[in-house]
Amino acid sequence: MAEARSALAEQFEELPQQREASILGMWTFLATEVLFFGGMFLSYITYRSSYPNAFAEASKHTIVLFGTLNTAVLLTSSLTMVLAVHAIQENNVKGLIRYLLCTIALAAAFLVIKGIEYHRDLDEQLWPGGNFKPGLPPQAQIFWFLYWAMTGLHALHVTIGIGVLSCLAVLAKLGRFSGVYYNPVDVGALYWHFVDIVWIFLYPLLYLINRSS
Amino acid sequence: MSSKAISRKGYVGIWAALLVLLVLTWGLAQVNLGPFNAVVALSIAVAKMLLVVLYFMHVRYSSRLTWVFVAAGFIWFLIMVDLTLSDYLSRGAVPGVQDASWKHGAWPAPTRER
Repeated sequence: MAEARSALAEQFEELPQQREASILGMWTFLATEVLFFGGMFLSYITYRSSYPNAFAEASKHTIVLFGTLNTAVLLTSSLTMVLAVHAIQENNVKGLIRYLLCTIALAAAFLVIKGIEYHRDLDEQLWPGGNFKPGLPPQAQIFWFLYWAMTGLHALHVTIGIGVLSCLAVLAKLGRFSGVYYNPVDVGALYWHFVDIVWIFLYPLLYLINRSS
Repeated sequence: MSSKAISRKGYVGIWAALLVLLVLTWGLAQVNLGPFNAVVALSIAVAKMLLVVLYFMHVRYSSRLTWVFVAAGFIWFLIMVDLTLSDYLSRGAVPGVQDASWKHGAWPAPTRER
């Protein structure tokens, strides 16, 4: 019981209330993130509806192998993240640290694959501007502007996620979490799954929709 | 709030389902379904999102208050899309009206390929 008392902040009556407050706070933050990314998804929707042919042409130049591979990597990292939460729920600190490190490794793998892909994209002159790939319709640059902005912002979130997960791993090593108190792990996991969900939508929009037309 | 409702095996099952959906969406993208390619790809994306939100993010086993907070973000996003598209998709629907509005410089001329 002493452990439960020390984990409880003074403004809360009991631990479940404290946990509920953390989770609601995180979902409030994620709602702002939905609208943050939502602005870009909305730009994509409106420009795609204005220039369907140029978008179809432009999106055939994304590298579907890298996109698919990265989706699998992120989905797997969501599994290791939820297993990390599951481990600490069973008071297994070692398991928590192990699964956090797996998740960090998969996040790093995602960034490496994305980096290789970016390099290939740049070689193909797919950066909008004066040197843009000749032969594509002018509005194709809008698609590629959105590609760089959306995947870039997502990669920034993955990078921040690596920082968050690393902090959680260090705190776990310092013995801050137990089966009684693990709110930061819960909240960090919600953030990580959100990053996964953004990619779940970027993947079909940027890589798949016009692949065969 | 009990988020221990799923076992480790259950989580692995959800992950396997997500990978099956990934292979499915990739495979169906290789087939030309016309406008249905977008419908299929986005439906599968929504299915994947629901699996992640309900099980990995434990929303299925969370309080009703949490459900409201989760739904809020998505509903506001849908309102934003809906109101914006009701403008973009209806431009030119009423002959003569669209021309007058953009000539006054309120917004750029709506160009469409089709």
